[in-house]
Amino acid sequence: MLADIGLISLTIAFLFGLYATIASAYGGWRARTDWVESARNAALLVFPLLTIPVIVIVYSLYKFDFSLAYVYDVSSRAMSPFLRVTALWGGQQGSVLFWAWLMAAFVGIVLLRKWERDRELMPWVTFVAMLTTAFFVGVVLFITNPFVRLWHVPGATELTQAFFQPANAMPYLPEDGNGLNPLLRHFGMIGHPPTTYLGFTGFVIPFAFAIAALITGQSRHDEWIITTRRWTLFAWIFLSIGLVLGGRWAYDVLGWGGFWGWDPVENAMLMPWLTGTAFLHSVMMTEKRGMMKRWNMALIILTYSLSLFGTFITRTGVISSVHAFSKTALGPAFFAFIGLTFLGSLTILYLRWDTLKSEHSLESFISREAAFVLQNMLFVAVTFAVFWGTVFPLLSELVTGTKITVGPPYFQRVTGPLFFVLVLLMGVVPLLTWRKHAARSLGKTIWIPFLASLGMTAIWGFAHRMHPGSIFGLWLVTLTLSLILAEFWKGIQARHATRGENFLSALFNLISRNHRRYGGYIIHLGVVLIAMGVIGDAYFKQETQGTVSQGEVLSVGGYQLEFQKLLAYPGSDGREIVEAVLDLSQNGKPIRTLNPRRDYFVVQEQPVTVPGVYSTPGVDVYAMLVGWDSSGSSATFKIYVNSLINWVWIGGFVMILGTLIATWSNPAQREATYVLKREGLTSQA
Amino acid sequence: MSQLPINELEEPSPPARGRKKIGIIVTFACILALLGLLAWGLRKVQAGPLSTGMAPDFTITDFDGTTVTLSELRGQVVIINFWASWCPPCREEAAYLEATWRKYEGRGVVFVGVDWVDTEKEALAYIDEFDITYLNGPDIGTRIAQDYNIQGVPETFYVAKNGELRGVHIGPLQSPQLDEKIEELLAEQYP
Amino acid sequence: MKNIKRQLLLFLITVLASLVAVTVVYAQDDQPGYPTDNDVIRVAKQLYCPVCPNTPLDVCETKACQDWRAQIRDQLAQGWTDQQIIDYFVIQYGERVLAEPQRKGFTSLVWFLPLIALLLGIGIVYEVLKNWQKQKPALVTAAPLPQIPDEILKKIEREIQEMD
Repeated sequence: MLADIGLISLTIAFLFGLYATIASAYGGWRARTDWVESARNAALLVFPLLTIPVIVIVYSLYKFDFSLAYVYDVSSRAMSPFLRVTALWGGQQGSVLFWAWLMAAFVGIVLLRKWERDRELMPWVTFVAMLTTAFFVGVVLFITNPFVRLWHVPGATELTQAFFQPANAMPYLPEDGNGLNPLLRHFGMIGHPPTTYLGFTGFVIPFAFAIAALITGQSRHDEWIITTRRWTLFAWIFLSIGLVLGGRWAYDVLGWGGFWGWDPVENAMLMPWLTGTAFLHSVMMTEKRGMMKRWNMALIILTYSLSLFGTFITRTGVISSVHAFSKTALGPAFFAFIGLTFLGSLTILYLRWDTLKSEHSLESFISREAAFVLQNMLFVAVTFAVFWGTVFPLLSELVTGTKITVGPPYFQRVTGPLFFVLVLLMGVVPLLTWRKHAARSLGKTIWIPFLASLGMTAIWGFAHRMHPGSIFGLWLVTLTLSLILAEFWKGIQARHATRGENFLSALFNLISRNHRRYGGYIIHLGVVLIAMGVIGDAYFKQETQGTVSQGEVLSVGGYQLEFQKLLAYPGSDGREIVEAVLDLSQNGKPIRTLNPRRDYFVVQEQPVTVPGVYSTPGVDVYAMLVGWDSSGSSATFKIYVNSLINWVWIGGFVMILGTLIATWSNPAQREATYVLKREGLTSQA
Repeated sequence: MSQLPINELEEPSPPARGRKKIGIIVTFACILALLGLLAWGLRKVQAGPLSTGMAPDFTITDFDGTTVTLSELRGQVVIINFWASWCPPCREEAAYLEATWRKYEGRGVVFVGVDWVDTEKEALAYIDEFDITYLNGPDIGTRIAQDYNIQGVPETFYVAKNGELRGVHIGPLQSPQLDEKIEELLAEQYP
Repeated sequence: MKNIKRQLLLFLITVLASLVAVTVVYAQDDQPGYPTDNDVIRVAKQLYCPVCPNTPLDVCETKACQDWRAQIRDQLAQGWTDQQIIDYFVIQYGERVLAEPQRKGFTSLVWFLPLIALLLGIGIVYEVLKNWQKQKPALVTAAPLPQIPDEILKKIEREIQEMD
C-alpha cells in the first residue's frame, strides 16, 4: 500500500517536472509571466512530491518490506538500523531517486530565494534546472524504479520483477534480503555518496544560471556570477569532502593501504572538481576585472558536463572499473541526455560569443590576471590528462582491438608536474596584485619565505635522503606553506602596528573583515597539507609481507610487530571474524597492540579485511591479516608504513573550515556587492 | 574605478572571426567523436556473448601440445566451453561435460575447452581432478574470449556442422541441457 | 712440454670460468627464503589482475590472483627475472595486465597527447595575454599623480594590502 503511494507520488512529481520545463520555456519565450509563475509553482512542488517516495523507501528498508525488489537487494535482517537507512543510496534505483530528490531541493531553494531579484533570468533557470530534474525523475520512474515488486510465476526458475501482477503470478515475500555489499557497510557509506551527490547536483544551479544568462543575452552583465557564487562554493566544497571521504573509506576498507587508485570512477569525480576549482578562481577575474567571461561560461558548462559524464561512466560500466554498479538500461537514456547537454550548451555559447567581450586589458605579464590565466590553463591541462587516461582504454580497444590498462604510473607522471606548478602558483599568486605588480616588490615579499623553505627542505631532505625525488615536493610544500603563513603574518603585523591589537584579536579581526580573502588562504593551507600527505604517500611509503609463527617478529621501517595469537568468533551483521593480535614496537620500545582482522560475511560469501592501524601525525602503521594456517600457530601479514598520510585528512578539515569562513558574509555586504555590479561598477570584495 | 565598455558590440576583426569558426568546428568535432566513442562503448557493454553468425575461427594448443583449428572441424558439431580453475560454477558442470563428451565421442561431436586467464599449474590440477579427456588449452592473450565477447565463465557456445553459431549457454550446464542441444545439432541436415 | 702446459692452463681457466658463471647465476638465489612475499609483491605491483577490473595484482584477493602470485613465486624460484615474468604475463593475458601503458604503437598516444595539449595550452595562454595587451578600450587618462613621499606611500600600500 505504502509503495503504491510512493509510486503515485513519483509519477506526479515527474508530470509536474515535465510541465514546469515546458511552461517555463514557453513563458520565457513569449514573455508570459502567468506561465512562468505557474511553472515556478509546479517546480516548487516537485521536492515535496519526491520526499514521499524517499520516505517510503527508507521506511520499507527499515521495516524489512522484502516484497519490494530493491529492499530485497540491499537490505537484510542482520543489518543495523543505521545501515538500513543508508541503503537508500546503496543500490542503483535508490541512489538515482536520492540524486533527483537532492536536485529538486536545490531547485526549490533557488526558486524561492532568487525569484524577485533575477526576474529576467528566472524563466530560463527554471527551464534548465527542471529539464535536468525531470530527466532524472523520469529515469527513476521508467528505468530504475525502486518500487518494483517480486512475483513468482509458476514454472519460472527466477523471480519476475514488475509493478503489477503478471498473469498467474503470486506475490513473493522473501524471508530475508541479500543485504548491502559488505564493503559498503562502513561509516563512509553515510558520508561519501551524499556529499558526492550534493557536489554533483549543486553545479546544476550555476549552470542553469549561466545558460539562462546566455539565452536572455544578459551574459553581457555578470550578475549571474554573483548570484551563483555561493552555490558554486557550496557544490565545490561538497565535492571536495566527497573526494576526501571516498579516499578515507578506500583506505579503511579496501586493504591496500592507499586512498586513491586513479580508477575511472574516481577520476569521474576528480575532473569536475578540477574544472570547478578553476571556475571558482576565474569568476574572480570576471567580478573584479570583467575579464575571462567566455572562459567562465565554457568552464561552468564543462564542469556540469563532466559531472554528468561522471555519472554516466559510473553507472553504465562503459569504462571498466572497480566501482561497479549493477548494469541496467540507464545507458542509452543517459547518453542521449549527455549528448543534448553538451551540444546544446555549446551551441548557445557559440551564438552568444560576442556578448562576452572583455572589459579591460592586460597591463603586465606579472599580474594576477596573467597568473590566473596560467592557473586556469594548468587546471584544464590536468583535467585533460585525467580525461585522456580514463577514456583511452576504450579508444584503444576501438582502434586496435586490444584492451589496455592506463594505471597510476601514467596519471602520476603526467599530472604530477602540473600539480607541482599549481601548488607553487597557489603560494605565489596571492602576493600578486591586479593589473600590474612590480617585479622588485614581488622579490622583496618572497625572499624571506623562500630562504626559510630552503632551510627547512635541507633539514628534512637530509632526514629523507634515501628518496631524492621527494626533495622537490618537500621544498614545494615548505615554500607554499611559508608564503601563506607570511600573508597572515603581514596582515597581523599591520594591524598591530596601526591599531595596537594583540596577536589573537588581530588574527580574528583580519579574518572577519575579509572573509573571502582569508577564508581562501585557509583553503589553500588545507590544500598544501593534503599535498604534504600525497608526497609522503608517494615517496616514503614502506611495506612488507611475511608469514610468522607465534612469537616471531616482522620488521619494517623501524617498527617491529610481534605476532601473539589468533582469535576466531562470530560478529554482528552475520559475519565470522578471525582476528590477530600483534604487539607493535618502535626501535624496541613497545607502543601498543594492533588487531587486524578478516570478517567473512557468510550469506554473501564475501570477505572484508579490517586493518589494525596505529595513527600519528607523522605516520600510520597499517597492518593487515592476509592469511593463516588452520591451527592458528602461524599467520601472514602485510604491513604498510604510511608516512604523513594523516595530513590528507587534516588538510580536508582545514579546507572545510576555510570554505565556511569564505562563504560567511552578512546579507548587507552581499546586497551591496550585487547592486554595485548591477550598476556597472566593478565591485570590491 | 570603473570603465564603461565602449566597444562592446564591435564586429570582431576577420582573423578573430576565422579563428572563432575554426575553434567551434574543432570543438564540435571533438564532442561528436567522444559521443561516438561512448555510443560504441555502450553498445559493446549491452551486447552479450556472440550467439549467431559464423563462429569466429581460432587455433588453440592444448596442454599436451596438440593444436586444433576451429575451421578444420567443419562437418562436426563443436561444443566450445570457456572455463577457469578458479571459477566455482565451472566445477559444477565439469563432471557433466566430461560424461557427455564420453557419450558422444566419435559420433561427429568435438568438445573444445578454452581455459580463460588461468595458471597452467592450477589448470592441469583441475583437469586431473575431473579426469577430463577432451581437448583443453589456454586462451593465449585472451584473443578467443574477446572474439566471442564472453562476459564471464562458464559459457558454452554451440557450433553447428556448417560452422555457424547456434547459441550460447551462460552459466553452468545441467543435465540434460547439453545432451538435448547436441542431439538437435547432430540432427541438422544440409541440402 | 709447452703444449701440455697450455692445455692445463686452458683447462684450469675453463674450470674457473664455469665456477664463476655458476656463482653469478646462483647469487640471486642463495639468500634464505628467496623468493619472499616481498619479491612476489615487487613483481605483482607492476601488473594488473587479468580478471578483476582495474585491480593491481598485489592487492587483489581473489583465488585467481592468489594462483597468479603463486605462479610468480614459482617463476622467481626458477630464476626468471622480473622482466621475463612480466613479458610472460603480457603474452598470456594481453597488454591490459600492464599497469603502465607501453610507449610504442597506438598506446604511445596516451603519453604524447597530454604533452602536445600542454604545449598547445601554453601557446594559447601566450596568445590570449598578448591579445589582451593590444586591446585597449578608450580610457580617460588620469591626471599625473602628485608627488607623495615614499614613507607615506609605503604606509598606504600596507593599509591597502590589509584591506583588499
